[in-house]
Amino acid sequence: MFIKPNPTSGVPIYVQVMEQIKHVIETGALRPGDQLPGIRALAESLVMNPNTVAKVYRELEHEGVLELRHGMGAFVTDKGHSRSRTNKLQAAQSQVKQLVEKLRRQGLSEDEVRRLFEAELIREEELLGTR
Amino acid sequence: MSSAILETVALTKHYGRFEAVRELSLAVPAGSISGFLGQNGAGKSSTIKMLLGMMRPTGGSGRIFGLNIEEPSESIEIRQRAAFVSEDKRLYDYMTVEQMIRFTRSFFPGWRGELEQRLLREFELPLDRKIKKLSKGMRTQTALLLAFCRGAELLILDEPTEGLDPVNIEKVLELLVGFAAEGTTVFFSSHQIAEVEQIADRVFIIDKGRLLLDAPLDEMKEEYRRINMVFDTPLQTPAFALEGIERVRVDGRSVSIFASHNIEGILNHAHALHATSVDVLPVSLKEIFLESLKAR
Repeated sequence: MFIKPNPTSGVPIYVQVMEQIKHVIETGALRPGDQLPGIRALAESLVMNPNTVAKVYRELEHEGVLELRHGMGAFVTDKGHSRSRTNKLQAAQSQVKQLVEKLRRQGLSEDEVRRLFEAELIREEELLGTR
Repeated sequence: MSSAILETVALTKHYGRFEAVRELSLAVPAGSISGFLGQNGAGKSSTIKMLLGMMRPTGGSGRIFGLNIEEPSESIEIRQRAAFVSEDKRLYDYMTVEQMIRFTRSFFPGWRGELEQRLLREFELPLDRKIKKLSKGMRTQTALLLAFCRGAELLILDEPTEGLDPVNIEKVLELLVGFAAEGTTVFFSSHQIAEVEQIADRVFIIDKGRLLLDAPLDEMKEEYRRINMVFDTPLQTPAFALEGIERVRVDGRSVSIFASHNIEGILNHAHALHATSVDVLPVSLKEIFLESLKAR
């Protein structure tokens, strides 16, 4: 279900694996109450540091996506599932923010940025319409 | 992962006038997989030899499991509890693989027989072949098998994947990950930065015997950035003397900065200088390694 993270990407491995797990939950491949692999099993199958797997599970517990039951393992929470939409929007917002900041630094005006976004959405609609 | 299982304080080694290791202070956290990176001749093997009592330090001190590396009786205990694979994968050439294993096993009461059988299968080692006749890769695999099966609390590995093909490298990394999951601490040197990047949680970079960098890998990846900027008019290097900047390369109107922290501050500065384009890029450990060497 999980693929090996890319160690040479600049994105920390724990962030890559956190995103994978969230994605798997979003797609419904893992549902509330489902159990994730044990730390050792996941570390061995992805050939990654077990301390990093533990960190991933802790962070996801902190975000409410997983519940760590002592001695039993990590389980998907109800909240994790329903919150995935919110998380998705939050992630998208930060991507948009970065892009807007970048375009602004390149000297584009607010109006130009807005026009570009609108034009792109319209183009998408047209593409879908002609399908 | 709180306390250090292996620690050196200002560890120093001189060979005549040559300073191989200079005041090296390391702390390897218990339960970590720590990667030890450096160019050839940076002092990695000298450091490891001092840690194992195979060479006397010129100055400074070191402790493993709280035991003094320079005290002969304590050094023996260190070598009982820590397994070691040396750079030259030293083995008895006249023995067969089977004899070598049987010989080593007799010294270690905690020998893991089941693991031995599994590794013999996975590494496809020819039991009846003389060590002398083994290929470089098989020699490495034999040395690893001997170290892994001892049931040690600490693995000190000098180039543990030397001579192995990619499939076998991945097998070794998977094994190391499994040992770490059991609580074994792994301290390994490697030329293969990608390997270190894949499984280490802590990285030490040394150059010319000195420690250049000591940090958790995640932290490095979150903090280090390459920032590429373009300006309307050519700039001078002194325009970029800010905290966090490790290296600046000015090439006409474009400036490339390698920074370890203070990214926000550097971006504000770029903005104040009216950069027409700014790109912030994440960096790999290889880039961090190469830039750290150049920055000196």
